[in-house]
Amino acid sequence: MAVVTQSAMTAEPSVTSPKMTARDLNLFYGDNQALFDVNLDIVERQVTALIGPSGCGKSTFLRCMNRMNDTIDGVTIKGKVTLDDRDIYDKAIDVVQLRARIGMVFQKPNPFPKSIYDNVAYGPRIHGLVNSRDELDEIVMTSLERAGLLKEVKDRLPEPATGLSGGQQQRLCIARAVAVSPEVILMDEPCSALDPIATAKVEELIDELRSNYTIVIVTHSMQQAARVSQRTAFFHLGKLVEVGETDQIFTNPKDERTKGYITGRFG
Amino acid sequence: MTDMASLMEDRAAAKVISGNLHTPVDWDSPKLARNIKKRYAAERRFKIYGLSAIAIALLALVVLGYSIISKGYSAFFQTYVQMEIFFDPAKIDPDGTGDPAIIGRANFDGLIRDALSKQFPEVSGRSERRDLYDIVSGGASYDLRERVLENPSLIGQTRKVWLISGDDFDMLNKGYISANTDEGDRRLNDQEVGWYNTLVSQGSVEKQFHTRFFTNGDSREPELAGIWGAAVGSFYTLVVTLILSFPIGVLAAIYLEEFAPRNRFTTIVEVNINNLAAVPSIVFGLLGLEVYLNVMHLPRSAPVVGGLTLALMTLPTIIIASRAAIKAVPPSIRQAALGLGASPVQTVTHHVLPLAMPGILTGTIIGMAQALGETAPLLMIGMVAFIVDIPGGALDPATVLPVQIYLWADSPERAFVEKTSAAIMVLLGFLILMNGLAVYLRKKFERKW
Repeated sequence: MAVVTQSAMTAEPSVTSPKMTARDLNLFYGDNQALFDVNLDIVERQVTALIGPSGCGKSTFLRCMNRMNDTIDGVTIKGKVTLDDRDIYDKAIDVVQLRARIGMVFQKPNPFPKSIYDNVAYGPRIHGLVNSRDELDEIVMTSLERAGLLKEVKDRLPEPATGLSGGQQQRLCIARAVAVSPEVILMDEPCSALDPIATAKVEELIDELRSNYTIVIVTHSMQQAARVSQRTAFFHLGKLVEVGETDQIFTNPKDERTKGYITGRFG
Repeated sequence: MTDMASLMEDRAAAKVISGNLHTPVDWDSPKLARNIKKRYAAERRFKIYGLSAIAIALLALVVLGYSIISKGYSAFFQTYVQMEIFFDPAKIDPDGTGDPAIIGRANFDGLIRDALSKQFPEVSGRSERRDLYDIVSGGASYDLRERVLENPSLIGQTRKVWLISGDDFDMLNKGYISANTDEGDRRLNDQEVGWYNTLVSQGSVEKQFHTRFFTNGDSREPELAGIWGAAVGSFYTLVVTLILSFPIGVLAAIYLEEFAPRNRFTTIVEVNINNLAAVPSIVFGLLGLEVYLNVMHLPRSAPVVGGLTLALMTLPTIIIASRAAIKAVPPSIRQAALGLGASPVQTVTHHVLPLAMPGILTGTIIGMAQALGETAPLLMIGMVAFIVDIPGGALDPATVLPVQIYLWADSPERAFVEKTSAAIMVLLGFLILMNGLAVYLRKKFERKW
């Protein structure tokens, strides 16, 4: 009986004209199933937070959304993920272009061991988005500005990015993702390696980016989910348990498991 | 009842254990003090083992270095004999033409013989004369010819000229042949030693820096034999090896590490590459002999064949080193590039390869150094031949440094002993240079993240 109610619940979250959707998404690492029938809509220009205990499949789900799981051996994916109503697992989709449209920020800041400028300029360069040096300069500057980093680094653009602090590196990674003008930005626990001050800065930044980009963020911190997101999805053991407005999830969860997790009874 | 009893016992035991847990440990007790002492002793012992291991290694190195240098340094010097040469016009250019072709054909040996006979007029008889002429090397006449061709005005004059001495005379001068031993036990008889003493007393014997050793090819005469031919042969061989093994090795490593699917086939390939690295080099020599010489009919003794053979041997080294270097690039860099929409090839060429390059270069240079020191496979493809000419290209017959060492070590003349050691020094010099380059490149291109 519980199964029936659960599937009824996961099928529920349809919103009008979502930016991305996942329908009956199942994912296997070899013989191990990591995701079970996930149905989720991502609303445009909103922050969607994915929460859940470790190993619940939220990062795995995030990596399905720009096909980063393709790079892992032995992964099988069944179901459908769409971007603007087009299946991103369709053969006609160019995965390289897809990843330019859906940017990603990783758990650990991973700037290239190049200069700050080259880090941001890399994406526009390889995708041929610019025609002149001036245009590139402009993109780099705007991206750094948007990532709230310009003030701190504008005098040291040719210096190696690895010399920046952890928080600055993470914001540089966000600037790098922003530089290719993605439509969606996926963030995989972007603050887990940062101190509270750097975390606050990144959270502020996420809030600002919301006006231009659709953001999906995986986080371990429920406070962070509550602070930055408009919608929250709770994953447990590879299943999407509950999704809804962030306020509703945190104040009035419908599922017992969600309630248990957010009140800290398990996780 | 028994159950009950055992239960009680368990409880009692549990009490004792928990009781012990609550007793504070007496860190100053003699037992613990003994433990500390034991630990210190163990640490001291370990340090001594390590230091003695290093000392033994250093000692071995010093002994090796000493034995090579003490035997070989004298080869960098050569005994010269000063002779008063009359550049006899009748012998050099009887018609006074001044034509270099005629001068070049002249009998300069005769001039030297005349000078020697004049110096020691008392010598007569065929074998005695031959002994006398052996004081000066057969190569000295070439020097004289050069001199006259360069400066024809010498003809008709008498000049004191330093002439390169024969190898036995050189050995005597360097002290390797002792005049005190019994006459029958040395290569020079009493009369020859007497000539030597006379020349020394006239101040006509001198050791000079032996440039020929660095500029000549091999020779039957030790005093004329040089290392340059082998060095050039080694150079061409290594160039061929590098041109083949570096790109093939790096591309194979990139494919296996970054693109190959993980299946049975790639596993077999990987295992075989690792096995190839352990195959004795002579086997590669046999393969080279069969494939390159017998099937493809490439020129025998040529650096191109040596290079092809050594490339086979070096490939596994380069592949293994390159794979390790590529694997050491953190996956986060690949993810960053892929996440930005870089294609897999862009990810490799823009990020992975530049970061792996120091490791790849180090592995390549070490592989090259290995190839430089390799002898066995080259014996199989005929690079062990006696070759006097300096090779002019990768298709000319040539030999290489380690084979040259092998050839000289096999020669009976006493003077080749020092040549062998000197050639080893030259080879080691090249190896140190290459390893130094590897260290330099690694330091230069190393990037931290």
